Amino acid sequence: MSILLPHIPAIGWPTRRTGARWLFCASVVAVLVALPFGGLLVQAIQGSPGLWVHLISSILPVALADTLVLLCGVGIVTTAIGTAMAWLVTAHAFPGRRIVEWALLLPLAVPTYIIAYAYLDILHPIGPVQGAVRWILGYSSPRQFRLPDVRSMTGCILLLGFVLYPYVYIPVRAMFLTQSANLVDAARMLGVPRRAIFWNVALPLARPAVAVGVSLALMETLNDVGAAEFLGVRTLTVSIYTTWITRSDLPGAAQIALSLLLIVVVLVALERWARRRQRYSGDARRHRELEPRPVRGLRGAALLILCLIPILIGFAAPAFYLIVEASKRVRYAGLSPRLVDEAVSTISLATIATAVTVLFGVVIAYTNRLRPGAVSSWSYRLATMGYAAPGTVVAIGVLIVLATADRLVDQTAIDWFGISTGLLFIGSGAALIYAYATRFLAISAGSIDAGLARIPVSLDQASRSLGQSPTGTLRHVHLPLSKAAITAAGLLVFVDCVKELPATLLLRPLNIETFATHLYGEAARGTYEEASIAALAILLIGMVPVILLSRIGRSGH
Amino acid sequence: MNTHAIAASTFLAASLFLDAGAAAAAELNIYTTREPGLIQPLLDAFTKSTGTKVNTVFLKDGLAERVATEGASSPADILMAVDAGSLVDLAEKGVTQPIESAVLNAAIPSQLRDGKGHWFGLSMRARVLYAAKDLDLASFNYEDLADPKWKGKVCIRAGQHPYNTALFADYIAHYGAAETEKWLTGVKANLARKAGGGDRDGAKDILGGICDIAIANSYYVGLMRSGKGGPDQVKWGEAIKVILPTFKNGGTQVNISGAAVAKNAPNKAEAVKLLEYLVSDEAQKIYAEANYEYPVKAGAKSDPIIAALGELKIDSKPLTEIVSHRKEASTLVDKVGFDN
Repeated sequence: MSILLPHIPAIGWPTRRTGARWLFCASVVAVLVALPFGGLLVQAIQGSPGLWVHLISSILPVALADTLVLLCGVGIVTTAIGTAMAWLVTAHAFPGRRIVEWALLLPLAVPTYIIAYAYLDILHPIGPVQGAVRWILGYSSPRQFRLPDVRSMTGCILLLGFVLYPYVYIPVRAMFLTQSANLVDAARMLGVPRRAIFWNVALPLARPAVAVGVSLALMETLNDVGAAEFLGVRTLTVSIYTTWITRSDLPGAAQIALSLLLIVVVLVALERWARRRQRYSGDARRHRELEPRPVRGLRGAALLILCLIPILIGFAAPAFYLIVEASKRVRYAGLSPRLVDEAVSTISLATIATAVTVLFGVVIAYTNRLRPGAVSSWSYRLATMGYAAPGTVVAIGVLIVLATADRLVDQTAIDWFGISTGLLFIGSGAALIYAYATRFLAISAGSIDAGLARIPVSLDQASRSLGQSPTGTLRHVHLPLSKAAITAAGLLVFVDCVKELPATLLLRPLNIETFATHLYGEAARGTYEEASIAALAILLIGMVPVILLSRIGRSGH
Repeated sequence: MNTHAIAASTFLAASLFLDAGAAAAAELNIYTTREPGLIQPLLDAFTKSTGTKVNTVFLKDGLAERVATEGASSPADILMAVDAGSLVDLAEKGVTQPIESAVLNAAIPSQLRDGKGHWFGLSMRARVLYAAKDLDLASFNYEDLADPKWKGKVCIRAGQHPYNTALFADYIAHYGAAETEKWLTGVKANLARKAGGGDRDGAKDILGGICDIAIANSYYVGLMRSGKGGPDQVKWGEAIKVILPTFKNGGTQVNISGAAVAKNAPNKAEAVKLLEYLVSDEAQKIYAEANYEYPVKAGAKSDPIIAALGELKIDSKPLTEIVSHRKEASTLVDKVGFDN
């Protein structure tokens, strides 16, 4: 179930020639998405080691400590909220459960930079919350009474935790629903108290799902520059950024970025190693859902309120704030006609990128099933690296690769045919698609791999012995059976593409703006009201896939 | 849906093999780290008077890397940036070309442009002090920021932000690195909250009672007080008074926004024309009015809101000297843990 490491199914009869073409395609995809890191490596080598003296003496001690505290904090918050919510909605039947079950996914639609910016305003001394507190306590000016500033490590951990917990909630809920039903029922029958069932049965069983979810949430945390910078938290990612921008030392930034990537890879491997003795097996053919216990009356209401808290903090409050701000702006200055262009760019870019990313994901995941072995598992690892690196870094890597390719194509065309092709990849927006695919392939390959893993190998064997080719088997057996997983992968990738900022900012063609770049431009200028319209648009576009996702989640079981 | 949107979607959809960026005649491509909204009025006016279509892409970080890696194939004609350091960077990375233009040289004072014509300052902003309205304070020196009497009362954005490293570099130019380190340590000790946010947050936080004084750019005062940012920001702008601080033995620290002609500009002649237009009286007036910056051209007037801040006495240290200290300044920021 890990996103970074594939399942290793044992189909048991791969001959040397079976799926050779698939293996080739998977290697090509892997090389394609690993290329940007090659570009970075080339950059990093050009740097001088002198940077590290400065890094070790004045940046790393603080940046490393801050990064670790932030990661631990976000890890704890997302695990606590994600697991608790998943248990509440799967094991208990209380009024409103059906609604909160999917509404708990909504914070996925809120990018980290938007949550930081919204809460800075909501919780500011001159904002609504502190205003109300002062009114209740009878103070007239913020100079007399103030709450602690949200611009702190604690603020950053809580805000990130409340938008990132769905990454834990989704896999853990799925695990509770299916895998643990039998054992929980057995425990119930044996009279184990409710609380003990959670701690001693459900939670240990959910550990791999928690690990997957938390690793995704932590990678999102590592990727974040906007929120951390806004809230004054100096992470390693922010250091990469200042090394590059303020000291214009790209090789140095590449060195830090690659070291960070190495740390992530080691951590993931360690987590995997720690779980090496545990075996989890589920039987996909028996879809028996966990039967929730009815909870009514005051206790039911209490559970409902408990479930509403993360939705309120992670989604409803910032969304409401943005609606208020955006409507102020519309009344004040009207709607900008640019918004239509931006909607078209945002949606078309995200759609194409999603299609490409899902296709790549199918190739990687299916090859891994068809031809398990060193090549396919390395393809899988390489292909999913992009998610672990900060978006800015991936963007620079993609730029190095594609701009070089563009230049070569253009020069060749001029030399041979006397015509200039201009910037084929960057000029057409293909560079952006490439960047998105590199960045989000881990999500699509991971979910599709998990989807395929639920299909018993005997079906492959039956299909193949009836004369279907590997591709035919994929089309007639796997695709129909893993439709839900593939759609889910597509939806997650789509939301992420809509939210993506650094690569979009760096690699777009002339005259193209998306909601995210518009938002950034306005925020950089400080015209927050105008930015709130774009932010609201991102939220709305992001909500659609999230709602669809919840429907899949429901019909899938 | 307008034609642009249709064009955009068509080429995005069918785009993988087509290059829609290839320019027809009389077009000009600008890569800018300055939000296009701010310069759009100027570009529109230029298109209207010359018929040249102007395409822009707003890049924040990595403009230099993008132009450099695009190399000879780059469609960029003009590179625009909002900090002298970034302009010098572009020149040092070799992505600009020298321009010899009597119009530009006559309009822009020599300390605000590159000696060889690699970049030109087009507008100026000052790093000023926002102070709580009721504070008994009429003048201010940058040196005072480290005075312990301001303990817990100072707000500022991240020390690593180019606006701040430029100010700190100016301090190094005046006093040297050792003194600057002491001063920065003092300023750090005076901070009311973590260094971070934007310049406008200084005004907002003064209104919110978090701090008494803040360091920020001059044009935000115009953006806030004019009501262009909406009614809330008028309140922030009205909550502060603005003082143009000086160095004890110098003037107020200014930075520029400026432009350079790209080394491989396909439309060089048009590019120079646009730059020359940007220093015309008409354009300098738009600069002053649209974004509340100080015009660079002698005799061009500032916006009344900015003019009301008092007379700007520009610091004596030349921009190129300040810029040469900015990496040192950035290192000092880390060393004293300014942003921690």
